[in-house]
Amino acid sequence: MPGYLLIESRDPFESAGAARTYELAIQLRAAGHDVALFLVQNGVLAVRSGARRAELDKVIRTQIEVLADDFSLRERGISSAGMIGGVRAAPIDSIVERMTSGWNALWH
Amino acid sequence: MTTKHTLTFVLMDAPFESARTTTAFRLLHAALDRGCDVNVFAYEGAVALSFAKQVGHANAVHGRDAAQEDHPLTKNWIAALMAHAHERGADLNWVNCGLCVDERGVGETIENVRRGSPADCWKMAQQSIATLVIPTK
Repeated sequence: MPGYLLIESRDPFESAGAARTYELAIQLRAAGHDVALFLVQNGVLAVRSGARRAELDKVIRTQIEVLADDFSLRERGISSAGMIGGVRAAPIDSIVERMTSGWNALWH
Repeated sequence: MTTKHTLTFVLMDAPFESARTTTAFRLLHAALDRGCDVNVFAYEGAVALSFAKQVGHANAVHGRDAAQEDHPLTKNWIAALMAHAHERGADLNWVNCGLCVDERGVGETIENVRRGSPADCWKMAQQSIATLVIPTK
């Protein structure tokens, strides 16, 4: 069964839609699908260690793979030391890799 | 023997507006790097990404002329992606929605960009292992 790659580009402190993406990830996981969340552009602002992020913490606790675009992190001055646990910096090629494996990719 | 995949990307943003355009181009580059054949269906404002009459401008505030400013133009990025596809032995098939082109008067495109319809988008998706739609807000 192909998995779902949810791509979140919005700042969660600006867009309530980001929380809906996190929620969708959790629900897809609960339905038995493979799920990964890829954060890009302002979507990576949620992974700063000092940020309030209750919704993203729920995703991480569900053991969904959470990736953050390395380029977006560098642009915003977020180092690996400044990131929360449970999130991995990854190249944008990670999206292509999942797509070529037949995963469904959804952008928000 | 590795399988050659085809991916489709559907773009909606007009040039010079959103970080989504830069991210989309990064994705196209990554897909071509993997040797994938890539389809792009551009609709709404994204049909202007390949408009041939884009011109870089000077920056009077910083005292730079047009050459020094070297303003990035999306038509040049697309041409570079097409050259990259050629080097990688991959296809970059770029189609603009014709209705969207006519609305905006951007029918003069760079080479190898063709005019199509939403039916092309459907065919591209049918031929691809995966399709990613990158919409505006």
